[in-house]
Amino acid sequence: MTRRAVGRAISHESAREHVTGEALYTDDLAVRFANVLHAWPICVDQAHARVRVLDVTACLEVEGVVTVLQGEDVPGVGNVGAARQDEPLFPKEVQHYGQAIAWVLGETEAAARAGALKAKVDVEALPAILTIEDAIAQESFLAHELKIERTKNDAPIDKAMAKGTRRLRGELFVGGQEHFYLEAQAALAYVDEDGQLFVHASTQHPTETQLIVARVLGVPSHAVTCQSLRMGGAFGGKEVQANTWAAVAAVGTLKTGRPVRVRLDRAHDMKLTGKRHPFLGRYDVAFEDDGTIVGLDVQLYSDGGYSLDLSQPVLARGLFHIDNAYHLPNLRVTGRVCKTHKTSQTAFRGFGGPQGMVVVEDAFDRVARATGLAPHQVREANLYKPGDRTHYGMEVLGAERLQRIWNGLKEQADFDARWDAIEAFNASNPHTKRGMAITPVKFGISFTTAFFNQAGALVLVYADGSIQLNHGGTEMGQGLHTKMLQIAADALGVPLDSVRMMATRTDKVPNTSATAASSGTDLNGQAVRDACEQIRERLAQVAGTLLGCHADDVFFEDGQVWAAGKRDAPVEFGAVTKAAYLQRVPLLAAGYYRTPNIHYDEEAGRGKPFHYFAYGAAVTEVEVDGFTGQYRFKRVDILHDVGDSISPKVDLGQVEGGFIQGLGWLTREELRWNNQGRLTTAGASTYKLPTLDECPADFRVKLLPKAAEPGVIHGSKAVGEPPFMLALSAREALRQAAAAFGDAPQEVPVACPATPEAVYWALQAASASSAAADRPAAEE
Amino acid sequence: MDLPSVFINGKAHSLAGVDPHMSLLHFVRDRGLTGTKEGCAEGECGACAVVQLKGDGEGTRFVPINSCLMLAVGAAGQHFITSEGVRGSHGEDTLHPVQEAMVEQGGSQCGYCTPGFVASLFAEYYRKGRKAEEYDPEAIAGNLCRCTGYRPIRDALVSLRTPSKDDPTARRLESPTEEPSAFEAKAGGVGLRRPRTFDELWQAFADAPTAKLVAGGTDVAVAINHFNARFDNIVLLDGIDALKGIDERDDAIVLGAGVSLSDLEHHFHGRADLPIFDELFSLFSSRLIRNRATLGGNLVNASPIGDSPPALMALDAQVTLAHSEGERTLELADFFTAYRQTKLQPGEILARVTLPKPLPDVARFYKVSKRVMDDISTVAAGFGLWIEGGRITKARLAYGGVAATPVRAKDAEALLVGQPLSATGAVLKALGDAFAPMSDHRGSAEYRQAMVPRLFEKLAAEVRP
Repeated sequence: MTRRAVGRAISHESAREHVTGEALYTDDLAVRFANVLHAWPICVDQAHARVRVLDVTACLEVEGVVTVLQGEDVPGVGNVGAARQDEPLFPKEVQHYGQAIAWVLGETEAAARAGALKAKVDVEALPAILTIEDAIAQESFLAHELKIERTKNDAPIDKAMAKGTRRLRGELFVGGQEHFYLEAQAALAYVDEDGQLFVHASTQHPTETQLIVARVLGVPSHAVTCQSLRMGGAFGGKEVQANTWAAVAAVGTLKTGRPVRVRLDRAHDMKLTGKRHPFLGRYDVAFEDDGTIVGLDVQLYSDGGYSLDLSQPVLARGLFHIDNAYHLPNLRVTGRVCKTHKTSQTAFRGFGGPQGMVVVEDAFDRVARATGLAPHQVREANLYKPGDRTHYGMEVLGAERLQRIWNGLKEQADFDARWDAIEAFNASNPHTKRGMAITPVKFGISFTTAFFNQAGALVLVYADGSIQLNHGGTEMGQGLHTKMLQIAADALGVPLDSVRMMATRTDKVPNTSATAASSGTDLNGQAVRDACEQIRERLAQVAGTLLGCHADDVFFEDGQVWAAGKRDAPVEFGAVTKAAYLQRVPLLAAGYYRTPNIHYDEEAGRGKPFHYFAYGAAVTEVEVDGFTGQYRFKRVDILHDVGDSISPKVDLGQVEGGFIQGLGWLTREELRWNNQGRLTTAGASTYKLPTLDECPADFRVKLLPKAAEPGVIHGSKAVGEPPFMLALSAREALRQAAAAFGDAPQEVPVACPATPEAVYWALQAASASSAAADRPAAEE
Repeated sequence: MDLPSVFINGKAHSLAGVDPHMSLLHFVRDRGLTGTKEGCAEGECGACAVVQLKGDGEGTRFVPINSCLMLAVGAAGQHFITSEGVRGSHGEDTLHPVQEAMVEQGGSQCGYCTPGFVASLFAEYYRKGRKAEEYDPEAIAGNLCRCTGYRPIRDALVSLRTPSKDDPTARRLESPTEEPSAFEAKAGGVGLRRPRTFDELWQAFADAPTAKLVAGGTDVAVAINHFNARFDNIVLLDGIDALKGIDERDDAIVLGAGVSLSDLEHHFHGRADLPIFDELFSLFSSRLIRNRATLGGNLVNASPIGDSPPALMALDAQVTLAHSEGERTLELADFFTAYRQTKLQPGEILARVTLPKPLPDVARFYKVSKRVMDDISTVAAGFGLWIEGGRITKARLAYGGVAATPVRAKDAEALLVGQPLSATGAVLKALGDAFAPMSDHRGSAEYRQAMVPRLFEKLAAEVRP
C-alpha cells in the first residue's frame, strides 16, 4: 500500500501549535525582545487637509515617550506606494479621514498612545470627494479607462445589442468589505547581530516589504531581510498594505537603535487600511423572450480611495469576470478607478471578480422577472458550453465541467423538489417566506500581470536525511505550507515529519511574488517539486550504486529506498543521504517555476490571461421574516472543482470558509462612511462579521470528483478565491424570498449588502408593486 | 496594602506596578503567554477568551470570559486558565480533548482565533450538567473566526464527550475556589478598592466620591481600550455578595443588580411564567460577555440600545437605588432621564430590580439587528400584556433604539386597554407616530420607525393568548 502524502486529508501543519497557543505571530515576538519600543500614530481627523503645523513638543514631555518619527527621520525615499509613489509615509497632505502623519515611540504602548494624544496639529481643510458619484462628476480618477469589447463579426456594440427583442437598464451599488483578518497589521524591526535590518512582518509579500523598507532606508535590497512567520489571516489585506508598518518600524529602529514594534489595534487597522473596493455598475442588457442574453454593455466604477495601490488590476479582474460563467455573445465592459478621499482600497479575496459577477447576476435576475422565467432557468440557458470563448477571446477551458457541476449540484441539492416545496410553504405562510437560488462560478487562475507568475524554492537535505523546506509563499491560514510539505514529502519519498517547513524569508528565496491570486500552491508547489526532484535524481544515482541497480530503477517512498522488484530489501533514506554526503553529492537545490503560455494585450482586450478556470456552483435556501427583514440561511449545497485535491481537508476548509466570507460581504458586512468621510463602522461592534449563526445548519459541501486539471501540480486547482463567489447564491436566494412577499413583481431590487434592513425594503417594495400578468413590463 | 497576585495556569503573577487601566489580556501577553490574542479589544471576537475559576458553593466552575474586558487589577486574587494551561492539564506532550477535536476537525486555519475557541470549548467541556449529546451553540457564540466558516468548529463542539472520572481537571472542579478578600490599594497613582460589603462600599464612596464604579466592567473596558478613558479612583463591585441574590417572593421577584447576566439566564432558563428571559438572553451579546456583565451595569449604562431595559419595562420593573443613608424605589421607565443619563445621584448605587407580581400573561422580547447572534440592537422591543377574559387590562410596550433612552409607547398602551390582542389600525398608527428615531450605521430612521409598529404586528401574529 502506498503512503502518498499528496491527496491525504490531513489537518493544518500548525494545527497543534494553533490549539495550544504556541503558534507565534509577528506581534507575539515583541515580548521576546529586550528594550522594545512601541509605536502609536498621530492621526488627523479630516478627509482631506493640508498639515500646516505639527508640534510634538508636548508629546515628548509625556513620561515614557522616547521620540516622534517624522519625515526628516527618513534616510531614503519617504514613500511606501507600491504601484506608484503616491503614499507618503509621513504625509503633509491628509488624504483620508484619520490618516497617520507621524508616529510616537514609547517605552510602553500606553506611553506612546498618551504622547500621540498630546500632539498639536494645525490643518487647513481641503475639499473632499467621498463618493463614486462625486468622483465621476469631478472626473477624479486614479488611472486610465479599461475596456474589453467583443461582438459577433466585430459589429458595433449598439447594433449588436439592437438585435435583442427586449432591453433593460439597471444600476447597482456594490458595497466594499473590511478584511478583518483576526490578526491586525503588525511589524517588528531591529538591527541584527550582523548589522542588517531585519523586519518581521505580517505580510503576504515579503519581497515587496523588503524592497519598500530598503527604499525608505535608502539601502540596497541585500541590506534588509523580511520574515513572514505566519499570518493570522490576510485575505489580500496584507498583499501591499503590510509595507507601511514595516517601514515605520524600520525608520524607528534606525533612529533609536532599539527594536521597534508597530501593531495596529483594531480601530486603527479599520481606520487606516484599505478594503475591498466598492463598485458602481451600470448595465444595459439585450435579451430574448426565452431568456437568452443577446448582449451586455456595462460600465464599472470602483472606489479606489486616495492612492492607486492595486486598484487597476482589481478593476481589470472585474472586467474579466463580468461574464461570470455565462456566454454573452456581444459584450462591452469599461471600467474606471475613482479617486476619493478614503483609505486606499486594495486586494481582497476575489480581487474585483466578485464585484463584476454580482452586477451580472443582478442583470440576470432582472431578465428572469421580465420574461417570467425562473432565475435558474435563465442562468442555465446561458451557461458557457465547450468551445465558447470569453469576451477577451480566451477559450473557456474545461467548460464541460460547468454542465457537470450544474446538473450534479441540482441533483445533490434535490433542487426541483425543494423548489416546489418552497412554493407550497410560501403559499401558506403570509409572514415568512423562503427563497432558494443556484448560481455558478467561473474564476480565472493566474496573476493577470504575467511576470508575477513565477516562484522559487530552496530545499536543504541534511546528511541524516532530515529536510528543511523553504519556498517563497506565505502562510495566512490557507494551508499552503501543509500542501508544500505534502508535495515535498512525496517528491523525496519521505514521511511528512522528515520535512521541516521554514518561515518565509527573503534571504532564502529572492524576488518572490505575493502569495495571492489563489496561486500559492500552483506556483510554489511546482518550484518545491522541481527542487526536490533535482535532489532525488542525484540521490537515485547514489542509491543505485548502493542497491546495485540503475538509477532509473530506484524507488523512494516513506523514508525507504529500494531497487525495482526488491521492495523487501530497502535501505533507509538517511543512509542514502549520508552516502551522498560522503561522496560529495550536493544535497541542496533551488527550484523554480514560471507559468507557461499566458499573455494579455490590454490595448486590444484580447489574450489568454489565465492558465485555467476554476468552477463551482452553490444552492442556498433562506427564510425571511416579513415583519423585520431578518433572515436565516437554512441549507447550502456546494459542488466545487478543486481539480484532484492535494489536501482535501484544507480544500474543504477553503471552500466553506470562502463561501461564508462571501456571504458576510453580501449580507451583514456593511461599511458606512459619514459625510465627513469618517468610517462609522470601524470596529467589531459596528461592523458585523458572520458568526456561527450564519453557518447554515445544513451545510453540504462536495468537491467535484475525478477532476484532474492538466498542466497543474498534481492535477490540482487553485482554491483560495473561487469559492468566495459561491455566496452570490445567498444574495439571489434573499431576493427570491423578498419577491415571494409580492405577486410576481417585475423587478426586485436588493441593496448590496443585503442587510436585514435592505431585505425589509426589498420585500416591502415587492409586496407593494405586485404585478398582474397583463401589466406592461417595466422596460425601456 | 499590596494587591493580591493573579493566578494564571496555577502560577502567581504579581500585579505590582501594573497600570490599573491595563487589561488582563495585555497583562498575560506581557508575561509571555501570547497564545491569548487581541482581535478587537471590545469583547466581540473572543480571540482573548480565557477561563476564570469561580467558586460555586462547594466546588468550582470554569467560566469563559473576554480578557480584553477585564482589568488586570480586577483579576487580583483570582484564578484563570489560558490556552497554554489547557494543554498542561493533560501533560505537556498530549493535547486536551477539546484541542484534539479542533485539530481533528480542521477547526483552525490561520490559528489566530483558535486559542479563544479552545478556551470557550474547554469551559463548555467541563460545564456542570452538560450532557455529551447536547450541542449548545451559545458555547462559541462569542468567538469569531474569519477563515473556516465555523462548520469544523461546530463539529468539534458537537463531537465533545464528557470528562472521564480520572480527568485531573474535572477533579479540580470539586475543590472550592476562594473569592479574594476585600482589598484597597494604590496602583500607578490610581486608588483601587474591592469592597465585599455595602458598608465598605459606602466608605469607599466617602473617601473617593467620584470613583469609577466597575461591576462586570464590560463597558468600562471598552471606554479604556477604545477611547483611552482614565480614572483616578476605581471601585470594583464584583465582590459585594449583597448585590448578587435572586429572591423569588410571593409578591415579586427581586434581582440583585450585581447578578451576572449568565446567572440570570440560568436561573430563568425554561421558566414557563417568564419565557421572555430565554428570548432575551439568546439574543443578548455573547456568553463570554454575559459571564461578566451584570444586570445593573446594563441599566446604569443607560444606553438607548441596551437589551435588558425593554424586556424589564415589559415586566413593569422597578429599580431600587441605595446610598449610605437609605434607599428609594422608582419605575425603571422613569430611571432614564436623557441619553446615557439616569436619576442616580453621587454616592448612590443601583441595588436591585423588582419584578412585581402578577407577572404579565404575555411577555415577549424582539430584537432587530444586522446579525442574529452577538450583535447590538437596531431596535428592540419588550411587550408585556396583562389579560383577563380575553381583554387586555394593562399593557407595557417598551422600545430601545428609537429615542435617546429606552422608552414606552404610552399612547398605544392606553389604546390597548379593554381590547383583545390584535394589531388594529389605531394602535399601529399610534406606534408609528410614537417616536422620531435617528439614522446611524445600524439602521435608518425610516427603518427604525417602521419597526415600532411592525414588531407589535409580529407579536399579534405570533401570540395566541
